[in-house]
Amino acid sequence: MRVPSSSVPSLRTLSIATVVAMGVAFGLVFFYAPIELEEGFLQKIFYLHVPLAIVSLCGFVSGGLMAIAHLRTRDSRWDLRSYVTIHMSLIFGVAVLLTGSIWARGSWGHWWVWSEPTLVSYLIVFLLYATYQPLRFAIEDPERQARYASVFAIVAGAFVPLNFLAVRLSTSYLHPRVLGGSSNLPGPMRLTFLVSLAAIALLFVTLCSYELTAKRTRIMLKSRSRILGYR
Amino acid sequence: MTMLIITPLADTLPSDTGSGYVAAAYIVFAVILLIYVVIMAIRLTRVERRLHELRTREVPPPPQEEPPNRQARERETV
Repeated sequence: MRVPSSSVPSLRTLSIATVVAMGVAFGLVFFYAPIELEEGFLQKIFYLHVPLAIVSLCGFVSGGLMAIAHLRTRDSRWDLRSYVTIHMSLIFGVAVLLTGSIWARGSWGHWWVWSEPTLVSYLIVFLLYATYQPLRFAIEDPERQARYASVFAIVAGAFVPLNFLAVRLSTSYLHPRVLGGSSNLPGPMRLTFLVSLAAIALLFVTLCSYELTAKRTRIMLKSRSRILGYR
Repeated sequence: MTMLIITPLADTLPSDTGSGYVAAAYIVFAVILLIYVVIMAIRLTRVERRLHELRTREVPPPPQEEPPNRQARERETV
């Protein structure tokens, strides 16, 4: 049994591209982007925290879109992709919450501020998706498991942009805006932010590809073991 | 020439106490990635061991039933 050979060079290329992109992004963050006047050096956390948040939220929505593809086509590969994307978004979500708390401690003097809508709304999204895996693995029948998980992924995926819009429309703006109409990032900062966003997105895609390849290999191995009569 | 390089870099270097928090945030990110990679490595080692077991065991006579197709194989629990 072999891992599909076509996936190996693409994984290698993706990995190299990710390492290069991360190196360039961190280089720009620490040696190119100027220090922000109000936040000082602490603002450098934003080049990590905000791209992680954007990529994880996009991952949750993508998981929902893949779940739609699964329900439409009944192709279990879409379910596997949806599962891996949501799984990876949750890991990125942990990083978002931790880096955000560190920034809040440095900037506001508190690890967490419950009155801040952006923080709390992200936590709600994260907790919602934290129930995805227990729900999924509570169902033994693979067919039902995939179907129920897809329905959950679609409903939760629709909730993410609604939640984001609700926060944007809310009146209190304690959290700094990085993108959008009120953004006033100067050129070097904007470039650094965009490169960091691209690097984090590439890291997400690479890790998802590794996870998918590993899962497919394990499924193939289980199947072969059964065919050969092993446990 | 050196001044031409150092002067713009000086604007990017830490000048306040926020550097500890920045280091903490980036270290947390690196640690999360490291934990993920270690878990992945453990899983792949297990798969490799299982694969080795399958290769070394004697292959039994061909089974009576038809092998499941790709769709059915991937429908297993993840």
